[in-house]
Amino acid sequence: MKKERAVITVIGEDHPGIIAAVTSACAELGINIEDLSQTVVQGLLTMTLIVDITGKELRELQRRLERVAEEQRVQIIAQHEDIFRYMHRI
Amino acid sequence: MLDREEILETLRMILVERLDIRTVTLGVSLKDCASSDIDETCERIEEKLLSVGERLVSEAQALEEKYSIPIVNKRVAVTPIASIISPAVRELGEEEAKEAAVRAALALERAAEKLNVDFIGGFSALVEKGFTRGDEALIEAIPQALNSTQRVCSSVNVASTRAGINMDAVLKMGQVVKRASELDYMNCARLVTFANAPGDNPFMAGAFHGEGEGEAALNVGISGPGVVRAVLEKHSEASLGEVAEVIKRTAFKITRVGELIGRELSKRLNVSFGIVDLSLAPTPFPGDSVAKIIEAMGIERCGAPGSVAALALLVDAVKKGGTMATSYVGGLSGAFIPVSEDAGMAEAAREGAVTVDKLLAMTSVCSVGLDMVVLPAKTSASTVAGLIADEAAIGVMNNKTTGVRVLLAGREGERIELGGLLGYAYVMPVSERSCEAFVKRGGRIPSPIHGHRN
Repeated sequence: MKKERAVITVIGEDHPGIIAAVTSACAELGINIEDLSQTVVQGLLTMTLIVDITGKELRELQRRLERVAEEQRVQIIAQHEDIFRYMHRI
Repeated sequence: MLDREEILETLRMILVERLDIRTVTLGVSLKDCASSDIDETCERIEEKLLSVGERLVSEAQALEEKYSIPIVNKRVAVTPIASIISPAVRELGEEEAKEAAVRAALALERAAEKLNVDFIGGFSALVEKGFTRGDEALIEAIPQALNSTQRVCSSVNVASTRAGINMDAVLKMGQVVKRASELDYMNCARLVTFANAPGDNPFMAGAFHGEGEGEAALNVGISGPGVVRAVLEKHSEASLGEVAEVIKRTAFKITRVGELIGRELSKRLNVSFGIVDLSLAPTPFPGDSVAKIIEAMGIERCGAPGSVAALALLVDAVKKGGTMATSYVGGLSGAFIPVSEDAGMAEAAREGAVTVDKLLAMTSVCSVGLDMVVLPAKTSASTVAGLIADEAAIGVMNNKTTGVRVLLAGREGERIELGGLLGYAYVMPVSERSCEAFVKRGGRIPSPIHGHRN
């Protein structure tokens, strides 16, 4: 099966528990995290995670992350990685 | 592995700079729907559209979710209806033939409604060289067809570089615009008169499924004036050569998204992938404006001297960057300069910085032409025909597509609200000197010498 990945981006005011909430949501769905990086500039957090969604429903992950976004009061976007690949590579 | 900066750049384009896929347009051939009976023709049209287009909207929505990018419009374009109704109107009188054409428009409307697409294009005729019975019936029916539908779009091609300009058709279209406007000026937002119309344009109101097209094809219209403007603002000191380079790079990225959506959606719908149209299509949202790109290059107000040169640079750079990013380029590819749909252009028109004459000049270097321009309600049919003739001449002589989509409403300077993505416009003045004797001469202006490149 071709490996499929999604990119999760979290943007919002930094506070404790954001990484825990996002990564637990992934763990609950059996989704492995392959890469994680984050920066905080003047209290604003941007975090990107690259996750393996082979054989999983991206939609299910998106729905689960919508709840996390609401609880943590941050913006979370989960997209199939192809949009980034296409835009920046031939 | 993906680069974090690239991920954030893509997100900024989508979330802040309003990058979107402006339209996915499914072209469908209706050639097998023609019949000698108009009721049967209409039934076949509806039936075919419902079966071919059934999953267009749901699959497009699934892709919006997968990539978190808005696909603003989902549309259908069909074979020019004039040729489809031809067998049915052959034996009919003028009035009956017109009624038959209106019935075909209503069938398109019903199909569009059931498919839940916002527009359906192809209530069209290609008459650059002459009229068939079907063409005559359709053109006569345009005002009533538009007035009794919400989603049907109409276009008529009156000229081409190969055939010249059919001045009888130009005059007819001046009269059609006038009549359609008298019923309701909003009708004319769904009506374009073309020279060198492409058969794979995904943008309305001029989309139709061209003569040489196959059964069905998926065409994609990208967007992104906001992205280009934002990039230019970061390069305010750059030379114009560098500006072109920056636009090319940005156009490449925007177009790649269109290529991705086009490839995947056509595969899901099991139709061929037609083209990506590289046009920068503005919206009335602040900053999502072609006028503002021109201004970001250092022109105080769009329309000022230098605007044509700035637009030429923009259009060429968009094409060069976009061409690298997609396997198939087509449609109107360039930059649109509608007045009402571009808040920057609407404001420039209000101030008198951009005029009808300046817009005409600008259309010699960009895609389409006098687009979403509101002229005074009193403007005569012959003046509209004169403007169509001028645009057609620009298209024919420069071997490019040009078009006229004008609305006749209100008085000079009055603000007209058109609503939604159509925006608003101030009624622009147009010369009141008459061209009636010229446009009434009729006949065909011969094709230019460079039209015979064999």
